[in-house]
Amino acid sequence: MEWALSLLIGLFFACGVYCLLRRSIVRLVIGVLLISQGANLLVFLSGGLTLGQPPMVAKGAKVPVAPFADPLPQAMVLTALVIGLGLVAFLLTLVFRAHEAVGSDDINNFDSTEQAHSAEGTKE
Amino acid sequence: MSPYAILLPLLLPIIGAVFLLIFTRSAWTQRIGGVLFSGLCFVASLYLVWAVDEVGYIVLQSGGWAAPFGISLVADRFSAIMVAVSSFMGFGVAWYAVGEIDTGRLRRYFFPLYLMLLFGVNGAFLTGDLFNLYVWFEVMLIASFILMAAGGQRFELEGALKYVSLNLLASVFFLIGAGMVYGITGTLNMADISAKVSAAPDATGILPAAMLLFVAFSVKAALFPLFFWLPSSYHTPPPAVSAIFAGLLTKVGVYALFRFHTLLFVSLFSHFQTLLIVLSVLTMVTGVLGAASHFQMRRILSFHIISQIGYMTVALAIMTPLALAAGIFYLVHHIIVKTNLFLISGVVLQIKGSDDLARVGGLSKSAPWLALLFFIPAFSLGGIPPLSGFWAKFGVVKAGLEGGHWWVVTFALLVGVLTLFSMTKIWAEAFWKKQPETSEAAEASEAAAPVLGSTAASLRWMVPPIVVMATATVVIGLFGEPLFRYTERAAAQLLDAEGYQAAVLLPVEAPGLPIEIEESNVKGFK
Repeated sequence: MEWALSLLIGLFFACGVYCLLRRSIVRLVIGVLLISQGANLLVFLSGGLTLGQPPMVAKGAKVPVAPFADPLPQAMVLTALVIGLGLVAFLLTLVFRAHEAVGSDDINNFDSTEQAHSAEGTKE
Repeated sequence: MSPYAILLPLLLPIIGAVFLLIFTRSAWTQRIGGVLFSGLCFVASLYLVWAVDEVGYIVLQSGGWAAPFGISLVADRFSAIMVAVSSFMGFGVAWYAVGEIDTGRLRRYFFPLYLMLLFGVNGAFLTGDLFNLYVWFEVMLIASFILMAAGGQRFELEGALKYVSLNLLASVFFLIGAGMVYGITGTLNMADISAKVSAAPDATGILPAAMLLFVAFSVKAALFPLFFWLPSSYHTPPPAVSAIFAGLLTKVGVYALFRFHTLLFVSLFSHFQTLLIVLSVLTMVTGVLGAASHFQMRRILSFHIISQIGYMTVALAIMTPLALAAGIFYLVHHIIVKTNLFLISGVVLQIKGSDDLARVGGLSKSAPWLALLFFIPAFSLGGIPPLSGFWAKFGVVKAGLEGGHWWVVTFALLVGVLTLFSMTKIWAEAFWKKQPETSEAAEASEAAAPVLGSTAASLRWMVPPIVVMATATVVIGLFGEPLFRYTERAAAQLLDAEGYQAAVLLPVEAPGLPIEIEESNVKGFK
């Protein structure tokens, strides 16, 4: 199973990087989304995969039986997913507003921060 | 000495933020609340510094779960001084923001977000858990994202987009690195990682994971060649916001790099030393050259942040007791001075309606007090004795000479001269030259209407923090010995990773610990 997930993660990263390298800001969002999902899967995989062995302690016992799924990466992924959801929602809003303000999807037109003179004198 | 002292610098900002989210109607409640809670946080952080200096380490195991199973909050002398100086800036900039942040921004939750930012920064300094550090980074970043984009102007949105996308990618690197470190060592507690990596006979297998973390921290710290997000975004939000960003955010990255090299992967430092030295020197040089080529106050200052980061990381790379002490001293000095310079650029913006050097001038006549206030931090940044920057640079240079890094020292001194050059550029253009006659400047000054009725009323809130920070710079310069002794003690702690491990991993009475995990189930190096 690990090899299948590893391939999937690689695919996510490849697609994500491809999207990031495009000039469109919408693709930028998609790229960030894909890469962060790839990262989540990678963290999930970092504990190793143990199928069908929840880390439950049997009645009376003090420790779970030896091969059990590591719950910590799952907790980490859950945290990262929630944070990622909020961030992507924010990023989408930001991209929408920036697209409204700039009137273009092309990152090359997002240059008012790079002009030689001050920002408050920005001319359209 | 209760270990709960460590919680106060975290609880006060978050309580303040919640309180201010409830009472959003009155602008003055927001302003007073913001100043009050950041002020209380500052007092609490001073107590923390004192308490930590007494005992060495304050460790709080959250929920009573013994390390490494729970999340540990750890304050050593380095964390404590970082919390204190950040909270000092938090208090000063909150005070300043009363005079600068308009009611529109206050209604868009300026102060709650501001307090959340301080919460995240303090949390990052105090945590002893790698994944928890990631969460604190995110708390800090989310607050900073919104503060940066809240204005909604075109250039603000563009700056925010660049800032957000690059920092998000850095966070992803951090997450992957943390996940891989867990996969290899089976722990997330920083002290435990340090112990496990040091104990492993051949720990080079962890280098890919370490490299990912190194890249993530370097992006946050704005090291060459990963700093591009900084100069294209820091000049876009209001000066109060860019001042607190300039003072704190990159320094959290530097703090993380310090922990990375002195604690987490201390046994792998030899793999990183040359890389870190080269990157630091390139950071210094590119930063200062960028500053020399720009003509707007805050953009010049943004490039100087990058250049100064190089000095701190080069101190880290030299890794002798003196170098680390100088590095910490440099951090303290730099946070105060850089925040102060951004605040001053905000006053220039308030008075003249622009901080573009082509449009402003004549300030030494119209506002001689401001000229003096600019003079102190600017020359401190350039490293002129007897100001704080001189001792910081002196420490780094001396440590470099003792370590035999001649060419590093050459570059450090050269960059110091170039720093002075761009400070004199600001001085000559903004203060000495006559006010240029342009209609644009008049238009712009109409746009920047003072928020408290008149410019004078705004300045009454904006100037006192600048005066206090300038005084702090002079005091550190003239009577810096107690601070330097303190940073020496902090450096001694940093060089003693075993001491940190022992303090955190101390077997604690944990009555609630339900299961004893057998050794065979705990992953280690295979």
